[in-house]
Amino acid sequence: MAVTARSTLDAQKLRADFPIFEQKIHGKPLAYLDSAASSQKPRQVLDVMREFYETSYANVHRGVYTLSERATEGYEGAREKARAFVNAPSAREVIFTRSATESINLVAYAWGLDNLGPGDLVLVTELEHHSNFVPWQYIAKRTGADFRMLPIDDGGELRLDGLDELTADTQVKVVATNLVSNSLGTVNPVERLGSWAHAQGAIMVVDAAQGAPHHRIDVQALDCDFLAFSSHKLCGPTGVGALWGRAELLEQMAPFNTGGHMIRSVRLEETTWGDLPYKFEAGTQPIAEAVGFGAAMDYVNEVGLAAIEEYESELVAYTLDRFAELGGITSYGPPPERRAGIVSFNVEGIHPHDVAQVLDSEGVAIRAGHHCCQPLMTRLGIAATNRASYYLYSVPDEIDRLVEGLRKVRKILG
Amino acid sequence: MVDDMYREVILDHYKNPRGHGVIEGADAQAEGVNPLCGDEVTIYVQFEEDGETIDEVKFSGRGCAISQASTSMLMEIVKGRKADEIAALPKEELLEEIGIPLTPIRLKCALLGLGVLKVALHRAKGTALPDEWAGLDELELR
Repeated sequence: MAVTARSTLDAQKLRADFPIFEQKIHGKPLAYLDSAASSQKPRQVLDVMREFYETSYANVHRGVYTLSERATEGYEGAREKARAFVNAPSAREVIFTRSATESINLVAYAWGLDNLGPGDLVLVTELEHHSNFVPWQYIAKRTGADFRMLPIDDGGELRLDGLDELTADTQVKVVATNLVSNSLGTVNPVERLGSWAHAQGAIMVVDAAQGAPHHRIDVQALDCDFLAFSSHKLCGPTGVGALWGRAELLEQMAPFNTGGHMIRSVRLEETTWGDLPYKFEAGTQPIAEAVGFGAAMDYVNEVGLAAIEEYESELVAYTLDRFAELGGITSYGPPPERRAGIVSFNVEGIHPHDVAQVLDSEGVAIRAGHHCCQPLMTRLGIAATNRASYYLYSVPDEIDRLVEGLRKVRKILG
Repeated sequence: MVDDMYREVILDHYKNPRGHGVIEGADAQAEGVNPLCGDEVTIYVQFEEDGETIDEVKFSGRGCAISQASTSMLMEIVKGRKADEIAALPKEELLEEIGIPLTPIRLKCALLGLGVLKVALHRAKGTALPDEWAGLDELELR
């Protein structure tokens, strides 16, 4: 329990907002160390969604009746919150999607299919989650464009010095990176990569699914063109995400999904598209989820992203100290001050599945696997890692229990 | 529950796997990967002169305790038995031998070796893999 309380965040107090921690797992309190996969939800978000369904729910943008207006206000209010959350210039540039993955697919299809071809290059990074890798690989294949990967160094940082050589023989059209690596926690230098991309005449696409919960985002300072994030990793419900894109690009793009709600007029001969952002929101949207997403952004803002980021760094540093004491642990990634609250590690000689299984019996939930990052696992020369990841409700006691659990893992399997 | 899963016999097979190794020029051979966790198993089979009876069987690869222990147990179960019998072996026979409660995810670990062995035998005999294993052939085995 030797975390020095520099951060202003009171995790113990925040934890009381999360009903999930009121239960026991295998007779023990829950130590939830898998927030990078999905975060838990505070009462404040659950209450807002419940109240919305109980008092304000109807389909949006359609009815002239009071309830529909109320629902529309809730939905559009959430869009404004998402705009402010990433400091976008205008709410019409913020599109609600099903997830960050769908946001990226929207760009890959709607922009990629019309703008990529043979001789063009799509560049992703070795740190990518499959969500920002597979859509680009797929669209590159379909359009005949080249697809390459910017490597990382041994510290888990992008090799920006290799950019020019890697792309010398081709026309870079897309650079896609995550803001924060979901496997290693690396906070990537998106501004620098964005400036480089723009100097090449490429668009810059940022997957901020892992970044948005932990790091203040300003799309105007990031030098990017598209930024995807989701609700469920930042205390909001599943089923809704957002895409911010530059209006001039979004306006040029064809729709991604078509159907109701996204049209201006429909005739047998031709259909014309609605204005932004509705052009990209076909069908009934996840309305209550968007409202919950808005409440989650309020919650996270109230805690403060700077405090969250600082606190997570402290937890990472504490974890690495405890691991060093324990010995026999290999951990991956940059130093604590360079990463979000993620610790990927392996226990010498013991498979991650077995580690996670024994930890579960102690009520400690961690991730074991490739974390949807098979190219990165290949680079690290391993099949899988264990991953402990933190959020604003994580407490040092959970890390102590993780370390105690690892002693038990060794006792059983060592 | 964890003490049930990692009971003595499982740990014994995990730490001292039976039939761990490689058979050069094996009569039947297949390799499989569990894409969820990266477990890899390769199985090698040598038949007796009748071309039917399993004379020797070995496995190599890496993986979790459950996949390694269950494959090790499988080696003991199948040695000396006929190829067509093992190619049709119900998974329950192996699971009974393993004898521990398995969650759906860990069930895949436990059955990886058996799936790979079945592919090896069906390939060697030129017969089709039964439907319930067919997905394995396409998705996880090579």
